[in-house]
This record gives sequence, C-alpha cells and structure tokens, in this order.
Amino acid sequence: MASSGLELLLVSLPQLAQGAAQTLSISALGIAFSTLGGVLYGVLATLGKRSVNLVLRVYLELFRAIPVLVWLYLLFFGLPIFFAVSIPSFWCAVLVLSLWGASEVGEVVRGALHSLPRGQREAGLSIGLDGWQLYGHVLLPQALKRMTPPTINIYTRIIKTSSLAVLIGVVDVIKVGQQIIERTYESVLIYGALFLFFFFICYPLSAASRALERRWTHA
Amino acid sequence: MSALIEFKGFNKFFGEHQVLKDIDLQVRSGEVVVILGPSGCGKSTLLRCLNGLEVAHGGSLTLAGKELLSKATDWRQVRQQVGMVFQSYHLFGHMSVMENLLLGPLKVQKRERFEAQAQAEALLARVGLLDKRDAYPRQLSGGQQQRIAIVRSLCMNPQVMLFDEVTAALDPEMVKEVLQVIQGLARDGMTLLIVTHEMAFARAVADRIVFMEAGRILEQSAPESFFTNPQTARAQQFLEKFSFVESLPKTPHKELS
Amino acid sequence: MSFDVAFILSTLPAFLKAVGVTLQVGLIAIATSLVVAVINTAILVYRTPYLQRAVGLYVELARNTPLLIQLFFVYFALPSLGLKISGFAAAIITMTFLGGAYLTEVLRAGVEAVPAAQLESGRSIGLSEGQLLRHVILPQAGILSLPALFANFIFLLKETTVVSAVAVPEILYTTKSYIALYYKTYEMLAVLTLICVLLFLPLSLLLSRLERRLQHGQFGS
Repeated sequence: MASSGLELLLVSLPQLAQGAAQTLSISALGIAFSTLGGVLYGVLATLGKRSVNLVLRVYLELFRAIPVLVWLYLLFFGLPIFFAVSIPSFWCAVLVLSLWGASEVGEVVRGALHSLPRGQREAGLSIGLDGWQLYGHVLLPQALKRMTPPTINIYTRIIKTSSLAVLIGVVDVIKVGQQIIERTYESVLIYGALFLFFFFICYPLSAASRALERRWTHA
Repeated sequence: MSALIEFKGFNKFFGEHQVLKDIDLQVRSGEVVVILGPSGCGKSTLLRCLNGLEVAHGGSLTLAGKELLSKATDWRQVRQQVGMVFQSYHLFGHMSVMENLLLGPLKVQKRERFEAQAQAEALLARVGLLDKRDAYPRQLSGGQQQRIAIVRSLCMNPQVMLFDEVTAALDPEMVKEVLQVIQGLARDGMTLLIVTHEMAFARAVADRIVFMEAGRILEQSAPESFFTNPQTARAQQFLEKFSFVESLPKTPHKELS
Repeated sequence: MSFDVAFILSTLPAFLKAVGVTLQVGLIAIATSLVVAVINTAILVYRTPYLQRAVGLYVELARNTPLLIQLFFVYFALPSLGLKISGFAAAIITMTFLGGAYLTEVLRAGVEAVPAAQLESGRSIGLSEGQLLRHVILPQAGILSLPALFANFIFLLKETTVVSAVAVPEILYTTKSYIALYYKTYEMLAVLTLICVLLFLPLSLLLSRLERRLQHGQFGS
C-alpha cells in the first residue's frame, strides 16, 4: 500500500495543488485585510474618542461572541436574503476571515500602542507632529516589536480557520481531497496529507512567532 | 515691553476638580521664570497647557499677542515655537540620537537635511554629546538623554522653552550637567519657564520666582527676596521643608554592640 | 419576506436540546482537556525523559493543524483502519486532542511565570520538592493561568460549532437541518445568532474585562 499510496499522491498532486491554491489565496487575502484592518482598528482605538471606542467595542465583542463558522453561515446564507446580494463562497470566506482577523489583530495593535509610555505621544506632539506623523514615525514603529509575535500567531489561526471554507462550498484543498477519497477510499492517506499540509505551513510561523517573542521581550 | 506669554483669568479642571484657578501671569521675552510649589499645586499643568497637551477651560492665554484658547488655534504651529522638555525625557527609543533630533525639523518644518543636521550637530557639540550622534537612547545615561531631549526641542528654533521637572528622574550626579545646559540657555537670553524642585538652581537662574499652591499663584517676586523674605505663610512653610535637611542636627554616633 | 414566529416557536424544543448538546460537548471536552493538560504539565515540570519530547511534539501537532482536519481524520479515516466511532465520540476525541494541547501550553506558561525567587524562598524555609510544588508552585501557577484558562474554555465552547460537520446535533447542525428541511433560512439564522449572543456574549464580555485588566491571557485556536 505504501508505494500505491505514494503513487496516488503523486498522481493527485496537480489536483491537490489547485485546491491548495484556493486555500492559500483565502488565507493570504484574509491575512492582508486583517493586518490593514487591524492597524486601522488599533489606531482608532487609541485616539481616545469615546464614540469610536464604543463602535469598535461592539464590533470586537460580536466577533468574539459569535464563532467564525457561524459568521460564515450568517453571511453566506444571510447576505442574499437581507441585502439581496449573493457573493461567491470564496469571497464570503475572505470577508469573514478578514473581519474576524481584523478584530483580533486590532486588539493586539491596540494593546501594543497602549503599552507605550504616554510620554512618547506627548513628546511627538510637542515637536509639532501631526496625527499621521505621530503614528507613522513614533508610535507604530515602537509598537511593532510588541505586536509582531502575537500577530503572526493570529496569522496561523487565520490559515487554520480558512479550512472552514469547505463547509460553505469552496473547492479548497480539503474538498479536492474528499473528491479523491470518493474515488479511491484512501481516507487515511489523504487526510494525513492534509494534516501535514496545514502543519508545515503553520508550524514555521508559530516557531517564528515564539523565537521573535523570546528575542524581543527578553532582550 | 509687552508680554510674550500672558495668562489672564486662566482656569483648568480635571473633571470636577479645579487644578488652576484664575491664573494671571505675564512672561516677557528673554525672561527666565521659575515656578515653585508643592506637588500637585498645578505648576506642571500650567506648562502643559501652554503646549496644548492639556485643554484649558476658561480665561485667556496669549503667545506673542495671539489668543491660544480658540478653536482656530493650530497647536502644531504653536508647539514649534514652544519647546517642551519632560521629566522622563521621552526620547524616541527606536531612533538614533540624530534621528530623534531631525524628526521635527525634517517632517514638521520640512527643512533641508543639510541645514538641519548642521544645526543639530552644533547643538550636540554645545551640550558635549556630539560623539553620541549615532547612539540609541537606551545606550545613554539619564543625564545624557535629558540633554539630548533639550537639544531635540532646541532644533525646532522655539521662542520659548518649557522645562517640566527635568532633573527629577535623574541620579544626583547627573543633575548638574543638565542644569548647566539650561543655565547656558538663560544666559543666551532665551525665554524659559521652569518647573523644578532644585532650590539653589532656581535661585541662581531665575529672573522671577512664581510660587503656586492649590492651583493659585500666591506670590511672584525676585529670587533674592523670595528666598530671604517670602511674603506668604505658605511660601515660608514650603521653604522651611527644603531647608529642613540642611538644618538636621547630626545623629549622635552609636557604638555597634 | 415574512418572519414566521409560529415556526420559530415550533423549533424551540429542538434548539433547547441543541444548546444542551453544545454545552455537553463543550464541557466534557474542557474537562478531558484539563486532565490531559495536567498530566502533560507534570511530565514537563518533572522533565520526564522521552515523554517530555512526546508532549512537545503532540502540542505542536495539535496547535498547528485545523480542528476540522483533525475531526475528519478521526471520523472518516480511522474507520477505514477498523475503528468505527460515532460523531459525538469523534467530537469529544478531537476536541480533547486540540484542547489538551492548548491547556498544556497555558499551564506550562503559568508554572514558568512563578518567580524563581519563590522557589528559592520556599527551599530556604526547608520545604521538600513535593511540598514546594503543592504549596508554592501550583497555587500561584493556577492563579497566574486563570485568565488564559478561562479564555481557552470559551474558545473550546465556541469551537463546538465545528463538530456540526460530523452531524453532531448541536446548535449549528440543528440550524442547518431546519434550513435544509423547511427553507426557513431567515428565521433560523436569527435564532442561531440569538443563541450565540445569549450563550457566548456574557462569557466573552467577562473575559474582555479580565483581559483588559490583566493585559495578558493568550487566546487559543
């Protein structure tokens, strides 16, 4: 079985690669939008505007309270009904991962900015920096070390969570794997391969996050 | 000669609590004013209002004849004219000394790098730290960091410098090097507003002492008359506390058993 | 678009049962994960040779792979090796696999966070290693890890929605079934959202307060 299993994997590789491309595209887009949205969230949350904070808080708590999979179904089934727009399941997954990821990254950015001494903001203001310059040159660069390790961890969570896209019909690497299993009944082999596929993407990221954390917080 | 800075009937609240009450204070160009008073008397808040770091709630505050307590005030413009130095220096930790000094001149004032850098180097040399231009703040002592922080403000070519307890966080042996820099600025005729607890320094550098307590100015006088003959009972008590240590009787020598 | 209140009322008993299943899966998984984590932490603290390595490998494997793949492996792949299990059992096994790894991390971090000076002062008053563990390390580690433990409990509870993929009749599976049977999408999504808000929001609000107060407490997932 070992050789036939290997053969099967090799034969299925092009097909699996197509699915993997879908999975990785969803993850990459989710990571990109989460980062942009998260930085925006973090900056907005540290402006000290009560009304802004309230809106962000509601957004955060909704994404913390309602599981990502439920969000996927809510938008996938709900958008066509409530807003008469139907988006492809691929983009639905990207949207949910981005909104959820942005709230998580946002909290990390907020915390990192919050941990900077208040004097950094005041010193920046006192030499006449405007808001963009203050965040761009003084606050965000200094928060970078503190926020990078946990943000990389969120990236691995986004990648792992992208697997849920198969449940709303995205033909991702899991779906392709299931199609192969339907033909060949090699479920151990295929699910084992899928397991390792995710592991070999996520593990280096986790390890990098840990190494950076160790270097930057114990320096 | 008209005042460069003028507070008139100036009020400031933190919530319900009034921290500055009917402040009337004029500072002429080139004058060195030292504000003394017990902790929490509002002296730091007064400086921070002048830099727009605190929002005032009433009265009037003018800089070179321009009212600052108006919605139209562009604080970024004001802050370029009013330099501020903080107790804990607050250098930007991710930037070298030179980057700290050039951030304002290049990004805010959009000056030429060549010209701004020449000025920064000259000022660094003046405070004796030219060799630290490429160092990072964490590699410097507190006294060195504070001198750099002063230079960072000076690089903006301000009309006024505010010093908010700038030696309070320093080890005693570093206090002198910072005070010398400030004294140099005073000699050059720069307008300075200084909040400090260094009494000898206040006496030496000030043209005028302003004594505050509980948000009010109780006394304004020349340093000699303030230190030798304070007019209010409050000021007398305040000065007594500072002379207490000097007047301590020597502890009798005890034999160790 | 009409809102069929009568239909919603008719589904309430089923949803009540579904909430029960969600809580059942979640709470059992939390309990079993905790057992796994305590055993693992003991192995790590006592630096048991080989076992220590195995625990490390297990934690990395579980943390760096999606729950859904773990679940599919247990439910679909293991039967072909002759191990046939129900969706419910698969759910518990998989969530224990995942949760055990996360909670191990949490407890280990808690033990590491106990300052070395605590151990030294414990030894200095003559405590044995066992007494040290029981009276000094564990109580402090437990308190230090409390917010992170709580965060991971909530995380596991929310992750139970994933086991809907193997037909465990929890809240999401029940919702999907009703939508498929009666096309009452609008009503059922509303019910699902409401259940999530009632079930998870108070917990997550409590956690946010804890976290903002302590500014640590890593999330799992």
